[in-house]
Amino acid sequence: MSFTEYLSDRWPTIARMLVEHAEVVLIAVAIAAVVGIGIGAAVEGHARASRFALGLTGTMLTIPSLALFGLLVPMFGLGLTPTIAALVLYAVFPILRNTITGLESVPAAVDDAARGMGLGRWERMRRIRLPLAWPVVLTGVRLATIMTVAIATIAAAVAGPGLGQLVFTGLARVGGANALNDAVAGTLGVVVLALTLDLAFIVLFRLTTSPGVR
Amino acid sequence: MSERPADAAAGEVMIRLDRVSKHYPGQPAPAVSELSLDIRTGEIVVLLGPSGCGKTTTLRLINRLIEPSAGRIFLGGEDVTRVNPDQLRRRIGYVIQQVGLFPHMTIAENIGLIPRTLGWDKKRIRARVDELLDLVGLDPAAYRSRYPKQLSGGQQQRVGVARALAADPPAMLMDEPFGALDPVTRERLQDEFLNLQAQIRKTIVLVTHDVTEAVRLGDRIAILSDQARLAQYDTPAAILAEPADEFVAAFIGSGAAIRRLRLEPVGSVDLEPIGDGTGPGIAVVRTDQSRYDALDAMLRAQQDRVVVIDDQGRPVGSLTWSAIMREPPNPAHAPAHHAGGLR
Repeated sequence: MSFTEYLSDRWPTIARMLVEHAEVVLIAVAIAAVVGIGIGAAVEGHARASRFALGLTGTMLTIPSLALFGLLVPMFGLGLTPTIAALVLYAVFPILRNTITGLESVPAAVDDAARGMGLGRWERMRRIRLPLAWPVVLTGVRLATIMTVAIATIAAAVAGPGLGQLVFTGLARVGGANALNDAVAGTLGVVVLALTLDLAFIVLFRLTTSPGVR
Repeated sequence: MSERPADAAAGEVMIRLDRVSKHYPGQPAPAVSELSLDIRTGEIVVLLGPSGCGKTTTLRLINRLIEPSAGRIFLGGEDVTRVNPDQLRRRIGYVIQQVGLFPHMTIAENIGLIPRTLGWDKKRIRARVDELLDLVGLDPAAYRSRYPKQLSGGQQQRVGVARALAADPPAMLMDEPFGALDPVTRERLQDEFLNLQAQIRKTIVLVTHDVTEAVRLGDRIAILSDQARLAQYDTPAAILAEPADEFVAAFIGSGAAIRRLRLEPVGSVDLEPIGDGTGPGIAVVRTDQSRYDALDAMLRAQQDRVVVIDDQGRPVGSLTWSAIMREPPNPAHAPAHHAGGLR
């Protein structure tokens, strides 16, 4: 079967996997964004707490993904849960790091003016500091998303959803019927998804940043 | 000349510092040492002193951006040393040299932020924003929807002042508000500021290290030496005429006699009839300008006589170099420029 025949034959399955893959990535990144921005806002300005948070989440990135997925199985079993958990652990670091960098880059005079006007800590964070840090934060989320799209492929090792299933079955049956087609389709799907999400971020950037800071 | 703003509410104290100190841990000397200062309702008090004398620290103690180590702060008779600092700051406008406009917000959003936080409705906020933009000399229709980066430094500082006035606080703190501007813009904004103050009559504390600016803007000047010790606290004219000590004399410098002329309107001198000195390069000055301006006009025109005109441009008399030399400065005239006259 040629690759085009294979595609038209398996399209519904591939499309389903692509959607699942995207879902897993978006859920994980959404959770990581809440965690990363939350921790970033909490530790920023406290040098030791920042270093600790960055060190801890940075260490996560050094764990090989296959190993991390495996390590989470005893805790979460197989399937969706360990997949999302592992992806969140990876995605937090770039978001946290960019949140801290972005908040630190808010000009001191702007913060001083806000404090002098009587805006409390939470109000300043919500109305002034996070909006000003947002372009940098969003870049972190974008980075985390692209990274997570690739890593999510490995989730098939713990029976997770997504295009990884195609890649893994293909590689497991090298030489067998459609083995190469499976692997190529899975890989291409990952690339297409990554590019699409990257484009989506350009649109999101336009929609969520003020013209005053572009 | 209209009465001095300070007299309008004579004796009524808006801001009182009562033996306020700031001691930073790990530093041998306090930054501010037992400073007591009364600021009357509706007056402009300038905190003047060399770098590091603690004048900015003193300013920031008033709205408790820096918490005092000892002493008490009163606002409008109320002890505010322990009240919620954010609530306190909403009752005091705050303007800084770097302006600190919020770059992601439009001009209208910048000015309307505190009213919005206070829960004003949209219509009221919009009306207030337009009123304030008008007040600081910016056309609301043209500037409302712009972003700070689209404004010049002088325009940004006008918006900074408008933002500080948004919720109509009784008092305003200004930390070198004109310090970052070029000399021409600075002078224009100082003039506008005095005209504005003549309308709104806020109680203002302004920090500067510029003696000329202090003399120009202050109803009273507090000269601070090391650790914010009060070296002298009086009207500009009195300080220039009689410096309290060596430190004050050295700080106001050798230009004191010239600076006093700035405080003296031309109109306070008896004019002579207009002579025949109407040749080329004639020197002209308006009645509401200062004797300093009159001397300046003479020097520029290389004449020893200046023609004085009224605000309609009609000549009302003339003034000679020697008349200015003879006339003793009159401290009673000094703060007259706060009526909005002297330009």
